Amino acid sequence: MDRFSWTTGLLELGETLVVQQRGVRLSDGEEKVKFDSGVLLLSTHRLIWRDQKNHECCIAVPLSQIVFIEEQAAGIGKSAKIVVHLHPASSNKEPGPFQSSKYSYIKLSFKEHGQIEFYRRLSEEITQRRWESMPTGQAMQVNKDSQAGRIRAVGIVGIERKLEEKRKETDKNISEAFEDLSKLMEKAKEMVELSKSIANKIKEKQGDITEDETIRFKSYLLSMGIANPVTRETCGSGTQYHMQLAKQLAGILQTPLEERGGIMSLTEVYCLVNRARGLELLSPEDLVNACKMLESLKLPLRLRIFDSGVMVIELQSHNEEEMVAAALETVSEKGSLTADEFAKLVGMSVLLAKERLLLAEKMGHLCRDDSVEGLRFYPNLFLTQS
Amino acid sequence: QAKYKERGTVLAEDQLAQMSKQLDMFRTNLEEFASKHKQEIRKNPEFRVQFQDMCATIGVDPLASGKGFWSEMLGVGDFYYELGVQIVEVCLALKHRNGGLITLEELHQQVLKGRGKFAQDVSQDDLLRAIKKLKVLGSGFGLIPVGGTFLVQSVPAELNMDHTVVLQLAEKKGFVTVGEIRASLKWETERARQVLEHLLKEGMAWLDTQAPGEPQYWLPALFTELYSQEITPEEAKEAIP
Repeated sequence: MDRFSWTTGLLELGETLVVQQRGVRLSDGEEKVKFDSGVLLLSTHRLIWRDQKNHECCIAVPLSQIVFIEEQAAGIGKSAKIVVHLHPASSNKEPGPFQSSKYSYIKLSFKEHGQIEFYRRLSEEITQRRWESMPTGQAMQVNKDSQAGRIRAVGIVGIERKLEEKRKETDKNISEAFEDLSKLMEKAKEMVELSKSIANKIKEKQGDITEDETIRFKSYLLSMGIANPVTRETCGSGTQYHMQLAKQLAGILQTPLEERGGIMSLTEVYCLVNRARGLELLSPEDLVNACKMLESLKLPLRLRIFDSGVMVIELQSHNEEEMVAAALETVSEKGSLTADEFAKLVGMSVLLAKERLLLAEKMGHLCRDDSVEGLRFYPNLFLTQS
Repeated sequence: QAKYKERGTVLAEDQLAQMSKQLDMFRTNLEEFASKHKQEIRKNPEFRVQFQDMCATIGVDPLASGKGFWSEMLGVGDFYYELGVQIVEVCLALKHRNGGLITLEELHQQVLKGRGKFAQDVSQDDLLRAIKKLKVLGSGFGLIPVGGTFLVQSVPAELNMDHTVVLQLAEKKGFVTVGEIRASLKWETERARQVLEHLLKEGMAWLDTQAPGEPQYWLPALFTELYSQEITPEEAKEAIP
């Protein structure tokens, strides 16, 4: 940390901001220092850190002081970090918070994430060395330092060599991963071709494929993530899995539905179910496909799709048309209501409140007043008083 | 006749059996891939993009089902489905402020904040894929391209080409006026006014009648970027559906 200098944080002429990130803590090697919560700014010339609470506290180190950087992945209770190895401070460095340090590196802890982008940008800037071609007041000094630094710091060469090896190793891992991925995709492609040919056979031999075989085929498609090419199914791309899921959902959703007046939007259901599961979550499509089977499985819930495209799950015992009568009363009592107001009164989500009012309007019970102040519903006096 | 029919059935049965065998082989290949590179997928957003693009090219959707091999063995499913939940919650919390429109940048920031310290980093590409999946649920999730990025819509409001174009025009300054629309898009006043009124009604635009010159229609989704605000505790409560 003795490579840092106090600074105003203002950029010099010719210096440009590249990226910035909040919530960054600085450490002197392995030791914590008081620079706990700050904004880290990367410019073409420097790495600048400014305290989030006290903006006067601002320090910077020139990018030319950087030997190399490494990433440290996040762990339990630990943020992801970037380790920055630095040349020793030059003798004519501007004064900073530390006179000396026993470490030749610092750590940047990204408490609010952002390290991936920052690492990428920092790597770019160190490689491009734009500060050399964009001289600012400070740059001249910095160039001289890096020259002197290179000659003095012989031990750094060993570290640089290790980094080069590590970089090659990482590159090798990535390229191996890509190679393996390509090979895998080739095999997956074969599966897709095979499924298309089977689907064609099924289409041609309509009725000669047993129910059982269709179910098997659909489950193979599901495993591979291949869209069902056979279009004439009655219950979406429902498979055994979705049937089981539908039955599970009927169990899980009974109480939440009762608590919410018998109706929930599919998005609400998605969040509720997945939050409860924690692992092995449902995909949106899994949920939709399962819900499409509710009615045919004679379960006590059903899927309903409003004109607007909004999808909801209702208890079988729930009758939206009856709720409309109650809504009419509420609106009449208040004279007029917007979806927001109605939602607050009744304790529903705005999304469902709006659907109910729209349904009431469709049934002729309510009239709308559509103005810049919003959509407001009134009892339909044309109907009742003509 | 009957003999032909039978043959037809047998052919399909053969192919199904073949597919079943190949499926088992593929599963093994995928398991091997996962044992070597599962970490790569989880930790490397660029690798995820490559992976997704390759899947799309060959006609495979690794996120179609939580029960799919990809999800089960690579863990991609849980990653994106959980992200979907987080996106829904952020949009719900901020809806009263921005009418259900939010920039991808702001959504990204808020989601990262909510994910906590030891969650994996997510990229904007990850958010886009999660949102595309959320569309299926019918509550109006959509993406509107503006100025090189996207506005994320999270309410089932009707936004047609006219509305989109005006949003794109407003992106530069965070607001737009009837005059600017007439000048840039060469529209009649009435057409411009209708679009702006629709945005006002939906709560996506706010009207500033005290602006010098003509009234300005501000989009909270756009100007909140300049004044990045925290989600208040009240809003956070609203966020749990």
